[in-house]
Amino acid sequence: MQMMIEDKPPLRLRLAAMGFDSVTLLALPAVLFVLALFVYPFIYGLILSVEPKDGAVWYTNYQAFFSDPFLYGTIGKTLRLAAPVTALCVVISIPIALRVRWMRHQRLLTTILVLPITLGTVLIAEGLLNYMGPQGWLNRTLITIGLISGPLQLVHNYWGAFLGLFISIFPFTFLLTLSYVTGIEPALEQAASTLGARPWARFRHILLPLLAQGLAVNFCLSFVQAFSVFPTAVLLGAPAGSTRVISIAAYTAAYEAYDYSLASTIAMIMAAVQLVVVAIILSSRGLLYRGPMGGAKG
Amino acid sequence: MDRNPLALRLWTTSIWVLVGFFIVNLLAMIASVVVNSFGTRWFNTWLPAGFTTKWYASAWLEFQLDDILIVTFQVVGAVVLLSGLLGVLGAYALARREFPGKRLVMLLILLPLLVPPITFGIPLATLLYQLGLGSSIAGVILANLVPTVPFVILVMIPFIEQIDPRVEAAARVFGASPRQLFVHVLVPMLAPGILAALLMVLVRTIAMFELTFFTAGPSSQTLVVALYYAVYAAGVRAGQSIDAMAVIYMATTLIWLLIALRFVNPTQLVTRVKKS
Repeated sequence: MQMMIEDKPPLRLRLAAMGFDSVTLLALPAVLFVLALFVYPFIYGLILSVEPKDGAVWYTNYQAFFSDPFLYGTIGKTLRLAAPVTALCVVISIPIALRVRWMRHQRLLTTILVLPITLGTVLIAEGLLNYMGPQGWLNRTLITIGLISGPLQLVHNYWGAFLGLFISIFPFTFLLTLSYVTGIEPALEQAASTLGARPWARFRHILLPLLAQGLAVNFCLSFVQAFSVFPTAVLLGAPAGSTRVISIAAYTAAYEAYDYSLASTIAMIMAAVQLVVVAIILSSRGLLYRGPMGGAKG
Repeated sequence: MDRNPLALRLWTTSIWVLVGFFIVNLLAMIASVVVNSFGTRWFNTWLPAGFTTKWYASAWLEFQLDDILIVTFQVVGAVVLLSGLLGVLGAYALARREFPGKRLVMLLILLPLLVPPITFGIPLATLLYQLGLGSSIAGVILANLVPTVPFVILVMIPFIEQIDPRVEAAARVFGASPRQLFVHVLVPMLAPGILAALLMVLVRTIAMFELTFFTAGPSSQTLVVALYYAVYAAGVRAGQSIDAMAVIYMATTLIWLLIALRFVNPTQLVTRVKKS
């Protein structure tokens, strides 16, 4: 009997005490799924990228990418499109969200803004080709009211892709900003107002520091979408010129040249650039404010 | 600005003008697609010369929309069911248990939502082709599940945390098996959350372009990929015919959006569901 008491409890109980029991196992299918279809392909892509087609040295593909301006130039072109669009979306979304949070019929506005997210980038591209084309309603209106004399070239160039991307991403950014803004305790602003702070001072010293963390996350999530711009750049932009973005290069390598190794290399470089941008944004958010988000609530 | 009401009013007005400008352009863009799809000939005028519905019939035949719609519904249906099953079970475990490595598991689940779909889409497509699943409907479904399973988990965790664990304990005391507990207690209580999460998955999957585009073959295209190819090869077919297809695509997504909006707040399509 003495022996029995000194024995450790059965493994099942010890695991249960740590939090592993039959309930925890319910997460197993989902975890295995993510491991099999996300982590494994990612690692597979990484390995594939260092195994060039003709059995050359491991870094051949990376060397090829960074020595060919047609390939490495796509990073700059993608950033030149994605960064300004994302920044513009975040900046414009702040004053609008600050105003809209006091609005009574918010639901109607948010429903209209959800439309572009639901329709997706392909439909927006097709719609804008009609709407902003040389014979489209936008140019006709601008000519009729006398702002311009001839139609503006708004599609099949950088600005076409820029506007298309803006329309696809702004609703997402705005709704995210709105959810952060409504999470701020209104009493903080009222207190500042009572103490004599003007609107700009209230924004600069109360709202902005509280929002900084949310805006950084918002920028990252919006940037993920802007950076992987593909249909917009092909259909609305100049896919052979100013909007030859990195996803076009990856697609061409995989489905036109059938060089999956190079395609995986481009995908990995894309992920790396994305991670660098996210790291820069998330590390700089601490410059403004460190502390709990959402203020006095919770 | 407090001392200067004019400046304040100007600022407010300019914000509303900006919002109005965005919405007017958005709606005009959608309207131009709809008008064009019904137009006979539209060149150099405000509106088409006449109206007709013939483009819908021709689009239906030209693009074999019956096949494409069947594939779309198969893919979307399977993605909704599977991500619901995997996601709700996973969310339940993560909401109810604390265990070593939980943070790592959460990070693992967040990652597919934080990197562009193309970065894992291309290696995944290569892998699926090697497994013989390339350009099959099964491959398209698997690829689309990668972002939706984590999405369902993230949406469902706060819903599950809301439910009092004592309800489950009571069910156990009365002898409910784990299966009975799920079917008769948890699923009915979680129904609003599950419905909201799955409708959001539905709407997002119909519009999901990149992953489907990389994995689909000619016989496993969904509507959004078919629309992309049609717009890409514009000039081969009449523009009105392409827009007729675009309107059919809009109808399939917007019907579900309208249904979804009965159960969820539009902002939930983007952000996490609020607890209260």
